[in-house]
Amino acid sequence: MSEKTKEIVLGPVFVNNPIALQILGICSALAVTSRMDKTLIMCLAVTAVTALSNVCVSLIRNQIPSGIRIIVQMAIIASLVILVDQLLKAYAFALSKSLSVFVGLIITNCIVMGRAEGFAMKNPPLESFLDGLGNGLGYSVVLIFVALVRELFGAGRFLGFQVFELNTEGGWYLSNGLMFLPPSAFFIIGLFIWLLRTWKKDQVEHEGAS
Amino acid sequence: MKPLRNFLDRIHPYFMPGRKLEKLYPIYEMADTFLYTPGDVTQGDCHVRDSLDLKRLMTTVAVALGPCILMAMYNTGLQANRALLALGLSRPEGWRGDLLHTLGVGFDPACCLANFIHGALYFVPIFLVTNIVGGLCETVFSVVRKHEINEGFLVTGLLFPLTLPATIPLWQVGVGIAFGVVFGKEVFGGTGKNFLNPALTARAFLFFAYPGEISGDGVWTAVDGFSGATPLAIAAVDGLAGLSSHMNWLDAFVGTIPGSMGETSALACLLGAVILVSSGIGSWRIMFSMLAGSCFLSALLFWIGSDSNPMFGIPPHWHLVLGGLAFGMVFMATDPVSAAMTRTGQWFYGFLIGAMAIMVRTLNPAFPEGVMLSILFGNMFAPLIDYYVIQATIRRRQARCQH
Repeated sequence: MSEKTKEIVLGPVFVNNPIALQILGICSALAVTSRMDKTLIMCLAVTAVTALSNVCVSLIRNQIPSGIRIIVQMAIIASLVILVDQLLKAYAFALSKSLSVFVGLIITNCIVMGRAEGFAMKNPPLESFLDGLGNGLGYSVVLIFVALVRELFGAGRFLGFQVFELNTEGGWYLSNGLMFLPPSAFFIIGLFIWLLRTWKKDQVEHEGAS
Repeated sequence: MKPLRNFLDRIHPYFMPGRKLEKLYPIYEMADTFLYTPGDVTQGDCHVRDSLDLKRLMTTVAVALGPCILMAMYNTGLQANRALLALGLSRPEGWRGDLLHTLGVGFDPACCLANFIHGALYFVPIFLVTNIVGGLCETVFSVVRKHEINEGFLVTGLLFPLTLPATIPLWQVGVGIAFGVVFGKEVFGGTGKNFLNPALTARAFLFFAYPGEISGDGVWTAVDGFSGATPLAIAAVDGLAGLSSHMNWLDAFVGTIPGSMGETSALACLLGAVILVSSGIGSWRIMFSMLAGSCFLSALLFWIGSDSNPMFGIPPHWHLVLGGLAFGMVFMATDPVSAAMTRTGQWFYGFLIGAMAIMVRTLNPAFPEGVMLSILFGNMFAPLIDYYVIQATIRRRQARCQH
């Protein structure tokens, strides 16, 4: 069991990463990664929603009629996302404001839906919970990497702490404007995938393979 | 030349598989094939006999760029010397001023040589940084990935400095070309496999990353504190009347106007186009259709007219000589790797870029110039255009067979 648990939780982090290998959920990776604090909250929210929705779906997996299973999963995910959104508004209002619609948009995050449909429908609650946790972590690893690069080279900061002195404040660092624009996340995700596949060569897709 | 050939032959074994310098073979190969025609002969059964190889093709483009490069140096110096005269300064600050003063060439904008040397002192450092940094990236990739270094970079390394303003900081030149070579070309597998023009990818990176050094009014003239808008920026505010008060059409055609170093002279681009088209290397279809696309849309907008947007009042023959339209048309859009391959496709591709460039210039208030972005946009669409052209040909032939 412990070997299997380890595989379920840690597998999605590097071996079967939802963003880097399955290329799911990259939309929010572009939108919320300009600052590290926003990113961490987003990672927390997505991990919580994925893990809890997996548990809920898994608990009633044998009762869900297969014809309407997507609707049932959506209802569960949407309720959880609203819950998370309300919690953020109550306890971290400023951050919730700066994340704006993107917390609500977790409903449409392909990772959440994909794990509910692909894993929780076939596995018991505990394993589903761990799978949700693992995929949340895999998502977080990529987002934190992107946010680290974007915040450091864009604003010269790390978690709001000034690392490079900006030239507008008398320092030496000229901030890179591309890093403030969402498309820069594409390059950084690409870079992450490149590094990952240099390390784990079996993830390289060969020509002709889909 | 014999000792050089002997030397290359003597060191050749060291680069063979299993020997000490095996990993550096691409560098040896580059030096050898750059200096001498390779003696390889085709081994297979079928082959094409043609004197035009990649090396000659790229070298011809480099020759065609000659007029633009000379004009870039002359005009950069001319603009700087004129600005010095206007500001009433006897010499600029910094090492260039010291060097020019020591050489005794002076800063007279009427003196051709003074302009040329002053401009060269801006162009040459940017050119060197581009080729050293870009060449290093290229070499690292070819050593690690075991492919040959080829002359494709020679052209990229010439095009990129020409698209930059003279005042650009050298470290930005290095960062930009590294990005262009790695993300615009090498990640896709090197020369011939890139779907974007590497030189423009590098420029687009700088344009979005460090907009303060590559756009606005203060960067085009190489004199500290001198602010001179590009003609397109003047036109966006004051229209044709404002433009005519600064320059006449002939100035803009010859290229004695502020702008990125190599793009100002439509005349130099025209000379380049003659070389490229007559040698069959640049696609006249792309150049012509891009010309048609830009003339069509600018004539249409000129005819419609606008009370609130002065750019509508710029007639087509002015559009052609301003900004990077001529340079992009002759040297950038025609890049054989990133352009459309099919002949029919080239017409659509060129027209799309030409029309898009005018659209960004005229209708988008955020960017005064749109040639760079529209060529990159065209590069993105080139494979799609080719796909549909090929599909259409297949369908047409199938239909013909069935009758």
